[in-house]
Amino acid sequence: MSANILEKIDKENLRKEGVPEFSIGDAVDVHVKIREGDKERIQVFSGTVIARDGAGATETFTVRRISYGEGVERVFPLHSPAVAKVKVERRGKTRRAKLYYLRERSGKTARIKEKR
Amino acid sequence: MNGLIGRKIGMTQVFDEEGRQVPVTVIEAGPCVVIQRKTRDRDGYEAAQLGFGKQKEQRLSKPKRGHVNKAKAEPVTVLREVRLEEGEEINPGDVIRVDILKDATHVDVLGICKGRGFQGVVRRYGMSGGRASHGSGMHRRTGAIGMKVSPARVFKGTRMPGHMGHVHTTTQNLRIVEIREEDNAVLVQGAVPGPNGGLVVIRKAIKKPLKQS
Repeated sequence: MSANILEKIDKENLRKEGVPEFSIGDAVDVHVKIREGDKERIQVFSGTVIARDGAGATETFTVRRISYGEGVERVFPLHSPAVAKVKVERRGKTRRAKLYYLRERSGKTARIKEKR
Repeated sequence: MNGLIGRKIGMTQVFDEEGRQVPVTVIEAGPCVVIQRKTRDRDGYEAAQLGFGKQKEQRLSKPKRGHVNKAKAEPVTVLREVRLEEGEEINPGDVIRVDILKDATHVDVLGICKGRGFQGVVRRYGMSGGRASHGSGMHRRTGAIGMKVSPARVFKGTRMPGHMGHVHTTTQNLRIVEIREEDNAVLVQGAVPGPNGGLVVIRKAIKKPLKQS
């Protein structure tokens, strides 16, 4: 009976409108709501999804991009209200669930094949 | 009424209005029945003895059965006391629920922390130990525990290896994130002593003021 409370809380924290559809290796634009004082604006973080982690309301995904020659990774909670939208720009074809090998690669070797 | 008995369910996270993740511990609290009222005249202090958890009647010893019956309450598994203010109107048989925490912003949680067994001085007291290499041979050892001919003994309370954990612990000033009356549950920010399923007592934080109104 008691574990049900945990499940219930988990369910309430899920995204109401459903989970955005994307998978590992996709190039995505993540629209993040940012609050500055009482104003709200949207910031876009675009990169490659290299991992999805966890389950339920605590699930997260990691997006990697190269910014000014420096690799940047951001971990987003999948169900966070701060993540307004995840837009898939290009579908990637991958053979593994975690693309951590991209961290050691750059340029041509860091490319991902497009899924058709 | 200042507190009640509960059970630690486990930890998870919730999102707040700003979309931030808040780490919370879910505690199933109450309903508790007041089994006995301790008064200053008779017992020397003011408190309410609360009962929590369901139990079959034949599982209680006869003296306990009588004790519970006196309050006309169902058989309970655990008894704990919660201090009361002078002259608070609480009587045996009253049922205490989570809604008593409504006027508090923070709570203290009392429980028995996880047992760690016999531990050395590095883990138990955070001593730094010796160096790992260069022939040291004093990796995680205690080091000196006293002086020479004077005082010619080891002082009491010197920190040495021994049993760690499984002691009564109080975590103070945990913020209440949510009170769920329909589930008899409280969500507090941060960790709480003990394993999941462990017994805890929740009381209004003694070092934080109550909400206005």
